[in-house]
Amino acid sequence: MAEPTVRLRTERLSALYGSQAAVKGVTLAFPVHTVTAVIGPSGCGKSTFLRCLNRLHELSSGGLVRGSVFLDDRDIYATDANPVAIRRRVGMVFQQPNPFPTMSIYKNVAAGLSVNGRLTRTETDAAVERALRSAALWDEVKDRLQASPLGLSGGQQQRLCIARTIAPAPDVLLLDEPTSALDPIATQSIEELVQELKREFTVVIVTHNMQQAARVSDFTAFFYLGELVEHDVTTKVFTAPAEARTEAYVTGRFG
Amino acid sequence: MISRVVRRRVASHVMTGLTVVAAILALLPLFAIFADLILRGASSLNWDFFVKNPAAAGDTGGGVANAIVGTLIIVGVGSAIGLPVGIGAGVYLAEYGGGRFGTVVRFLADVLTGTPSVIVGIFVWMFVVRPMGHFSALAGAVALAILMIPMVSRTTEEMVRLVPHSLREAALALGFPRWRASAYVVVRAAWPGIVTGALVAVARIAGETAPLLFTALGNMNFRTNVMQPMQTLSLQIYVFATGPFEEWHRLAWGAALVLMGIVLIFGLGARFVTRTRFRDG
Repeated sequence: MAEPTVRLRTERLSALYGSQAAVKGVTLAFPVHTVTAVIGPSGCGKSTFLRCLNRLHELSSGGLVRGSVFLDDRDIYATDANPVAIRRRVGMVFQQPNPFPTMSIYKNVAAGLSVNGRLTRTETDAAVERALRSAALWDEVKDRLQASPLGLSGGQQQRLCIARTIAPAPDVLLLDEPTSALDPIATQSIEELVQELKREFTVVIVTHNMQQAARVSDFTAFFYLGELVEHDVTTKVFTAPAEARTEAYVTGRFG
Repeated sequence: MISRVVRRRVASHVMTGLTVVAAILALLPLFAIFADLILRGASSLNWDFFVKNPAAAGDTGGGVANAIVGTLIIVGVGSAIGLPVGIGAGVYLAEYGGGRFGTVVRFLADVLTGTPSVIVGIFVWMFVVRPMGHFSALAGAVALAILMIPMVSRTTEEMVRLVPHSLREAALALGFPRWRASAYVVVRAAWPGIVTGALVAVARIAGETAPLLFTALGNMNFRTNVMQPMQTLSLQIYVFATGPFEEWHRLAWGAALVLMGIVLIFGLGARFVTRTRFRDG
């Protein structure tokens, strides 16, 4: 098997809150059309790590980043890099569904499109429909596109957020515990969706649910106390981990 | 000996009763004012009252058309100056006001909120009326604007702060520039609350008298030119109520009822705005 192209990779990436390091020197690569799960106990820095990949961490109070993140071999932390442009290429879905409450379902999906420059009405309609279909939400909302997103269920809201994120066609999709606020059925539909999404995007998913990591991901990275302990093919991490700490965590002995 | 359960139950009832009494006492003046104004003022309200200007001193009849229009003009101009500045300052404080400058601005706004309105009137007299050489509705509007800016900025800041952080992050993660995330997502989400705060501030300044005494001055004639002295309902009430004529007292009660009605309409408008939910098409 040929070595897949790497879309995103970090090099000695550290993230700090003030003087407190939350992520310590992580070097990790994300190949295109794969799902990488980032797992680890609460407070291990996995969410903070994810927020470094779209330059969101630096907006937290005291948030500092050291090291590099390469998106197609361009360092997104280079002094001439534009964080706003980077965030348009690296989309993110959050733990709690957060649709824009003042906008209709349609406008939520179109929100990121208008930022990228003017589109005609027909182009916008097509992009909104495509994103909603990709997020497996189209059939449920096609008759109520002008309604408030707050009338949707939690799972539907989260899929709407996914549609909103993929509508501007980013290269990378970051999912920060996207199902932790959802019930098992909604969780299942999002997990199935992740499998579909990797055909178009490079997906990184943070999860505290190990079964979920095992189900949806091709690669798994285990974080502990801000350090990357182990990174390998998912089946290997879960069946024959190289590190004792990984084994202890995936077999449920701590965390 | 009474059991503890009984004692606790009695204490609980007594305390609940006290808070109910306090709540009634707080509402009592409002109802008393309304009842009084309607009893004494309603009889003065007729067509003439709204369309005629005050009659010559000592004559009967006449109305307060000049004061009603003057109130609308001065409050309108004052709001046109004060609301954009107040809302802008509030958004700035909530979105970017984390540093020392923000702290200073916030402190000064609090001081300004506590400044007696008569002092604001004197200040405007010094810096607007004196250079212009005469009293004017514009000076009155400036005084009212100064009074409303800190009120509006404070409520705006609080409303913007109430918007969940996750919405701002969602917008930024979509590649919104920061100003766009503020304007299109955060401020829009806070907008009903901001409008409520603005309406409450408008209602507050509509009843101000002291800062208008040496700025807008008052005028027994009908005026629409903001560069000239102008009457407002509050000034009219002051003049009529302290005047010697029975007819003036009657008009003062009517004017008070109308002013109260205007304030009430703004208050109800504020309630209505907060109740309107999403209707985006």
